[in-house]
Amino acid sequence: MAVERWAKTSGYAPDAPVLLTVEGPHGPIIHAVTPAAAERGARSGARVTDARALDPALIALPADPAGDAALVERLARWAGRWSPLVEVDGDGLRLDVTGVTHLFGGEDRLVSDMERRFAALGMTSRIAIAPTAAAAWALARFSPLPRSASPSRPLPQGGEGLEDLPIAALRLDPDTVVTLERLGLKTIGALLAMPRVALARRFKAAAVVDALDRLTGRKAEPLVAAANDRPRRATLRLEEPATHPEAAVQALERLIPALVRELEQRRLGARRLALTGFRIDGSMAVASIATSIPSREPKHLQRLLADKAAALDPEFGFDGFALEAVWDEPLGVAQASLVEEASAESEVARLIDRLTVKLGPERVRRPQAQESHVPERASGWRPAVSSPAFAGEVMSEARRRGPSTSFAGPPPLEIEGGTKPHRLLDRPEAIEVIYATPEGLPRRFVWRRMAHDIARVEGPERIAPEWWRQPSSARLRDYYRVEDSQGRRYWIYREGLIGDGRGGLPGWFLHGLFG
Amino acid sequence: MAKGLSLIAGGAVRARSDPAEYRPVIGESGGPFRLPAPSTPTLSELFAIPRDPGWSGFLLPQVNRGGPLLWVQERMAILETGRIYPPGLGAADLVPEIIHVEARDARAALWAMEEGLRCNALSAVIGELWGDPASLDFTATRRLAVAAERSGVACWLVRLGGTANLSGARMRWRIVSSPSLINPLDPRASGPAAWDAELFRARGAPPGRWTIAHEADAFHLVAALGGRALGEDERLRA
Repeated sequence: MAVERWAKTSGYAPDAPVLLTVEGPHGPIIHAVTPAAAERGARSGARVTDARALDPALIALPADPAGDAALVERLARWAGRWSPLVEVDGDGLRLDVTGVTHLFGGEDRLVSDMERRFAALGMTSRIAIAPTAAAAWALARFSPLPRSASPSRPLPQGGEGLEDLPIAALRLDPDTVVTLERLGLKTIGALLAMPRVALARRFKAAAVVDALDRLTGRKAEPLVAAANDRPRRATLRLEEPATHPEAAVQALERLIPALVRELEQRRLGARRLALTGFRIDGSMAVASIATSIPSREPKHLQRLLADKAAALDPEFGFDGFALEAVWDEPLGVAQASLVEEASAESEVARLIDRLTVKLGPERVRRPQAQESHVPERASGWRPAVSSPAFAGEVMSEARRRGPSTSFAGPPPLEIEGGTKPHRLLDRPEAIEVIYATPEGLPRRFVWRRMAHDIARVEGPERIAPEWWRQPSSARLRDYYRVEDSQGRRYWIYREGLIGDGRGGLPGWFLHGLFG
Repeated sequence: MAKGLSLIAGGAVRARSDPAEYRPVIGESGGPFRLPAPSTPTLSELFAIPRDPGWSGFLLPQVNRGGPLLWVQERMAILETGRIYPPGLGAADLVPEIIHVEARDARAALWAMEEGLRCNALSAVIGELWGDPASLDFTATRRLAVAAERSGVACWLVRLGGTANLSGARMRWRIVSSPSLINPLDPRASGPAAWDAELFRARGAPPGRWTIAHEADAFHLVAALGGRALGEDERLRA
């Protein structure tokens, strides 16, 4: 398979003698070979130097085991077309076809269908059907003609049809296989003929009897299907394309109950929903919304999506709709009270959702404290739809690391009543200040072309720049709380000191307003 | 109901020039001064001069802390008078509970306020509008008042630089900063904030004008209550 995958993507000629190699403890080891290389004596598992000794013309290229594994994963999902239970088993796939073969016209036709479809993908397949998973594994890998060897009848206790297979087909560890072969037990048939008690005693640790029992079905080997993760999605196909914009809203009314049922079964709640309208010309229109807490409340979701759905442009008409929960989170079955009355928390979350959908996440925000003394940094804002957990984790992480290793700055000061303004201008505004002495208290300032006589003043409160974050030219700020003759109170600052070597004369700015 | 407002001057008496003269005034009934407040949550309108940021100190103590606070600011209000700054808003329990909405225009702000009033888990809705937007007519204020009364969430409509035209608000205040009280620790610094508050329309309460201050946990009164006529001339001026 690795070679077939490589051959599809590389530019080499199909008959090039290529080795795909992986790194081993003593130099590169051959992972897979092309048929041309196999003819020249290269075998997978051998060392590249040994193969090169036989034929120096061999081309060695690095293999991509991770890519191969990913391909098997993808094939497993694809193989869901034959059976709902598919397990990735090393480099192969195991399918539980119990009760599905008749859908394909019997076991033989199922196998030929599989072969045909794998061939269409450009892959060689070795397929076997057997009553036990171990027997199928052995047949697929070691039978010279795996398909014809598939026993369609229930396998009796003895394991008919498997007697001629080598011991390696038991999936034992290589040392045990070597030991058994040295004892003259080269086939499964020979091993089956041995007394169980003797085998169990001699190969206790290697679990040879267990392997035989799995092969013959005495011991169960359940199949663990790859996580069958259906998308949380509801679809609606229209017989005739709908061109009026109302169609999307009507489709939504039918899709939401279906999606909610799906989410209910899995106890999930949607955090992000996308309504996709499929147009007849193959293009798509998408409307998506986010919620602040997981939700599967039909009315709420309907309300959030309705406006956006109505805005979808049908152009030449929609012929299908899909509603998908792009992001979901576990949501238990909760009922607050006997009469349906939503809790305060979910009420607020719904309000946030409604506001966010209409105004945008960057306009509906909640405060989030930051570890900083710089006023505009100390109060961050986060979108109200995002959960606070993430930022909280970052903060507590910084605290755990302690001040010695963290450059996140000191923890924020306790909030002191009256020392910080109620409002802060997004950009501090330059003001003209008259002061008695350059370093002294301000006396009068002009803000927005109006003079304010300073009646009372308190300060300065010196806030140094955060040297680990700001450029070295950042200047310190001396904040003053001033009150003018009318009783209006402002927070002004002088940026820099005279002669601090970071620019000319210090400038004055108005930053905050007190309530 | 405002717990901690004290009256420092009433009626036509302007705040005295010397802050040291302030002393609390006993209310009309002999008990502590009580600020007129609606008995049930409703829409109150508050007029302020954009340059004068004092109104928020008057408003916040009257907001009850029973749940999140929705604070809607119109874009112009943010540009002109600044964005609210949670570390300065005082009580630490209030800060994480604020939901701040930055509305593009008055229309969006009014929509967000009305949406908030439908959610009865909120403690209050505060909306700041700039000037006299066209979308803020009698119908819009009436809608807010009805929504507030139905859900029992107090709504404060703050008009920055607006004129007091027709409105459905049950209480209408005009708030101007007044020189602050004396600071016991530093005579040069400003002390507890004081406001010249004029109630020029109220349902079920006589209008009036007071100079009030808010101390640590009590609003109190420093001069006798003003008469109705004094409120009248202020209204004419507006």
